[in-house]
Amino acid sequence: MASERKTKLSKNLLRMKFMQRGLDSETKKQLEEEEKKMISDEHWYLDLPEFKEKESFIIEQQSFSLCEDLLYGRMSFRGFNPEVEKLMLQMHAHNKAVAEEEETVEVDVSDEEMARRYETLVGTIGKKVCQEEGPSQLRRR
Amino acid sequence: MPEAATTPAMAEVLSVGKESVAGCRARVAHNVLNQVVLPGEELVLPEHEDVDGLGGAGEQPLRLNSGARPRLRVVCGPGLRRCGDRLLVTKCGRLRHKEPGGGGGGVYWVDSQQKRYVPVKGDHVIGIVIAKSGDIFKVDVGGSEPASLSYLAFEGATKRNRPNVQVGDLIYGQCVVANKDMEPEMVCIDSCGRANGMGVIGQDGLLFKVTLGLIRKLLAPDCEIVQELGKLYPLEIVFGMNGRIWVKAKTIQQTLILANVLEACEHMTTDQRKQIFARLAES
Repeated sequence: MASERKTKLSKNLLRMKFMQRGLDSETKKQLEEEEKKMISDEHWYLDLPEFKEKESFIIEQQSFSLCEDLLYGRMSFRGFNPEVEKLMLQMHAHNKAVAEEEETVEVDVSDEEMARRYETLVGTIGKKVCQEEGPSQLRRR
Repeated sequence: MPEAATTPAMAEVLSVGKESVAGCRARVAHNVLNQVVLPGEELVLPEHEDVDGLGGAGEQPLRLNSGARPRLRVVCGPGLRRCGDRLLVTKCGRLRHKEPGGGGGGVYWVDSQQKRYVPVKGDHVIGIVIAKSGDIFKVDVGGSEPASLSYLAFEGATKRNRPNVQVGDLIYGQCVVANKDMEPEMVCIDSCGRANGMGVIGQDGLLFKVTLGLIRKLLAPDCEIVQELGKLYPLEIVFGMNGRIWVKAKTIQQTLILANVLEACEHMTTDQRKQIFARLAES
């Protein structure tokens, strides 16, 4: 009885992984394509022409304080409000610091003296390190 | 039309109008610096000029990439808008440019004059508290809507420790949200949580309104007006970018003098101003 009527397996069952191991590659590809078609038909998409996103190099900003380098809005003169005067110095020092970043920093010690001191320093620290390791190292030096 | 009646500025504007209507051509931005521009004009940025072939038979620099030349970032400021690769002018005024300190491009903007303030993100403004509702204060900054200020946006404020702000107080704060689709929002602390001079402005003093252009002129780095005022008497002054100035001096008379001088200095020449300061210093 079973041989007369071939059991018809459902499509979903046939799509399962274990049923597809026996298939050859062509039928596999066909099945995959059919599935993709089904999925893509269901997905919604915008029917617009393709826009190429151009990298814009113009930045828009609406604040005047960036354009014109305006000062800080709170000011006090001749000691009327000491806190505000401190704040003024802070704000302007901050601006000046940003502007003077490129200038060279003044050195307290000249380069030559620095080199001389460093030379002697290297010697003394070197000896100290060798002494810690042991007298044998010192003899080798 | 009598020619003698037109002032030099008007003549300039008329010539600009004729040129742009007749030509209908975009002008190159760096040719138009410090000249009057009208809304609707398009400005071409300098990099494009060579690409169009106006450079002519000169040497073309070798390009390593086959595509467009690497472009510098240009900032378009107030009064300008981006329109494709060009700048579109939206306010009438003079076109200004600032060279970049570091990085690329520069800043272009239109120097225009107006009295009505439109809230802009990052601006320091003086506001008047008009209502207190739950957790926020409604602050009038002169725009179309009152800005909202949360009570937690003050230095050292917690849920238990509320700031002492009453209706009618003056607040110096910074706008953090300001666009045409949302209600503007203000705060009185910076990103690190410090007040930096913002918060409630103290007792007494006088608040008055001026044009926005005057505020920018007074806050310019090389402005002498405020420095000269400071030499006259001890005073405290707060400038809000929304056109409001608050001054305080030792006596009421001095405060009123300061207010009058600041309002009038917009239309005075340098000499007139110096005369007035000299007279005040004497008295």
